Amino acid sequence: MLPDRLKSIFRGSSGAQEESSSPFKGKGASVKEIVTTRQSRGLEQFFGDIRDQSGLSILDMGGACQDNINFITSLGHRITPRSILQSLDETFGGVAEADQSNAHQIESFLKNNLDYLPDTFDGVLLWDTLQFMTPPLLNAVLERLHFITRPKSCLLVYFSSEERAKESPVYSFRIENKTTLKLIQRGARPTAQVFNNRGLEKLFARFESVKFFLTRESLREVIVRR
Amino acid sequence: MATNPFKAPEPDARGSASIGKAVKINGQIFSKEDLYVDGDVEGTIELAENKLTIGPSGRVQAGIKAREVVVLGQIQGNVEAMDKLDIRKDAKLVGDIKTARIIIEDGAYFKGSIDIVKLDAKKAAAPAAASASGTPVVAEAKR
Repeated sequence: MLPDRLKSIFRGSSGAQEESSSPFKGKGASVKEIVTTRQSRGLEQFFGDIRDQSGLSILDMGGACQDNINFITSLGHRITPRSILQSLDETFGGVAEADQSNAHQIESFLKNNLDYLPDTFDGVLLWDTLQFMTPPLLNAVLERLHFITRPKSCLLVYFSSEERAKESPVYSFRIENKTTLKLIQRGARPTAQVFNNRGLEKLFARFESVKFFLTRESLREVIVRR
Repeated sequence: MATNPFKAPEPDARGSASIGKAVKINGQIFSKEDLYVDGDVEGTIELAENKLTIGPSGRVQAGIKAREVVVLGQIQGNVEAMDKLDIRKDAKLVGDIKTARIIIEDGAYFKGSIDIVKLDAKKAAAPAAASASGTPVVAEAKR
């Protein structure tokens, strides 16, 4: 198994590393932070789609971070950050075998994170959050997202394409510009579901279209149109 | 230099007003000087021209309007900061934000929306810059 440092070189890492606490593993346990940058066709498509518009509402499910706030508000849009993974742990417990099927907990999760009026958002940056949700929660979240987004709006989603992986790296996605992302990896957490292209089409069946971008890394970029 | 043991410590060297940890206020606060809140406030806080700091022990359930807001404690309510909003690590803000600039540190908890309001138009209209430099504002009609 390759050491993290070597892995990051293969990924094209910028090399910056620092210690931080894991958001999932052991809460407070010290894990290495690996910073990489990557070109993102999905991101390019997402912002290309809302080009020449301003005053839109963008939901960022990766939590509040300075880079994304600066970038999105500099385009003249409103940003609503929600830290969905943190809320996932708070609602269902941050353990590997967390049960995400309890109807009351699902309702509470939706109320805390996605309690908005219909057609509130013009775009949603989901990043890689959906792969950490089991089917009952995932379906409820997608149904709610469909409800709170405007027709023709875009969702940007990332999925691990390593089909045998039992856990996936946890990234913080930071927008550097319209085509470039900085990924800060902080530990890993169990993947609730792994999807192939057909599985993703079925998952987003209620949406108008699904577009995939294949990448060299083990991340599948998906643009979903409402 | 020896310090005076009988003098109570000031919350802010610049002489802002202060609401201490053990103070609870229910109502409206208007201030024409900077304000430091480290206690509990419920209601509204307005400091049109000044800076509001919510200290680490501050718990505010209020709509806030100020020139600049720094949050180290907790706010539940909408915040309008004409100039700048600074949400520090470990701070918690639940509410919608309208501001010209925002700084949010990693580790801060925020739930709500962020609207960046450009102040260019307001600044152009306001005579503040001119008066600050001592230049009188002259209205002149051109034909």
